[in-house]
Amino acid sequence: MGIKNWFSHHHEDNVRAHELVPKHYWNPYLVGIGLGIVLMLTFVIMGRGLGASGAMSTVVSVVVDEVAPGHAQSNQFYQNYLGDGTQSPFKDWLVFEVLGLLVGGFLSGAIAGRNKLTVEKGPHISTKKRFLFAFIGGSLMGFGAKMARGCTSGQGLTGGSMLSLGGWAFLLMVFVGAYGMAYFVRRQWI
Amino acid sequence: MMAPFYKYGLFNDEVSLIIAFVIGIGFGFFLERGGFGSGRLLAAQFYFTDMRVFKVMFTAIVTSMMGIYYLSYLGLVDINLIYYGNTYLMPDMLGGLILGIGFVIGGYCPGTSGVALATGRIDAIFYTMGGFFGIFVFGEIYPLIEGFMNGNNLGLVNLPQFFGINYGLVLFAVILIAIGGFALAEWGEKLMASKRKAEV
Repeated sequence: MGIKNWFSHHHEDNVRAHELVPKHYWNPYLVGIGLGIVLMLTFVIMGRGLGASGAMSTVVSVVVDEVAPGHAQSNQFYQNYLGDGTQSPFKDWLVFEVLGLLVGGFLSGAIAGRNKLTVEKGPHISTKKRFLFAFIGGSLMGFGAKMARGCTSGQGLTGGSMLSLGGWAFLLMVFVGAYGMAYFVRRQWI
Repeated sequence: MMAPFYKYGLFNDEVSLIIAFVIGIGFGFFLERGGFGSGRLLAAQFYFTDMRVFKVMFTAIVTSMMGIYYLSYLGLVDINLIYYGNTYLMPDMLGGLILGIGFVIGGYCPGTSGVALATGRIDAIFYTMGGFFGIFVFGEIYPLIEGFMNGNNLGLVNLPQFFGINYGLVLFAVILIAIGGFALAEWGEKLMASKRKAEV
């Protein structure tokens, strides 16, 4: 019994051979407090919250600008991410935050021995189909996040904890959409 | 204390990027600790088989919400200087609905797909490519939906202002709802576990 065991969440009631939690993740409530403190520190230090999809938009805008500069210049959406041209669009708070996120995720996974080349899917779907679903889901997510001007991080976590009206309306609809759609794609996961 | 520090000019933009990187490490670390790198675990919350992600998410919201309220109450942080995005009610809600549908189909959301990528999930590569594609499609049709996107801008508005209720009272209500949600999540997990046992 080490500290790792103490922090872990065992699922005593449903531990089975095919249980989908193979390694000891930390207790979800403790992780939530940790994540909440990171978010709170972001507010205190920066006066803003966390995000993720904004960094992806910067990448898309830069690529569009490389391929078709005139086209990107005339579009206000891309323009917002490209800036006024006085500095690189990648010199952006969210871009650096997401780079850190990749490092932090990798470190945590490495410490826990969870970094592994694998495909996340249920037992009843082929890998090819899973990749197709992942692409379709990702597309909807990208589109939806831009329409809502934020994703689960920017609107959900950040807006949610600042009691933003838009943040909570967004969160409510995320759960409506996900729980409503869940039945139709259950073969992919369970 | 003068916080938010950045808004009071305690450091410049260059330093803010280093801070962004360090904060990002903490963000990614806790997401991975919570199981957010696994598409199966993320999707499991929508079938009540494992509610870990839901618990982490709402514990984080409640923690940060209470913390920032308390610091503001003590006069250590000027809550009015914290930016969290204007409310455009219709785009926020429709965008949330589309994102939610994409969430359960794809298995991730933008932040979690980053953690999944970093921990070797191959499906996250396809998800991320889809994400870029979806953003590109949105960018291309943006000129056509600009009116909808910028319509009914309610500004930087929070629930207490919108409903005309005391901030502390809303905060208390959110805590109660979260506790109710956690109880429901624990109950749902037990129900699904016993259901699965009965099937074998």
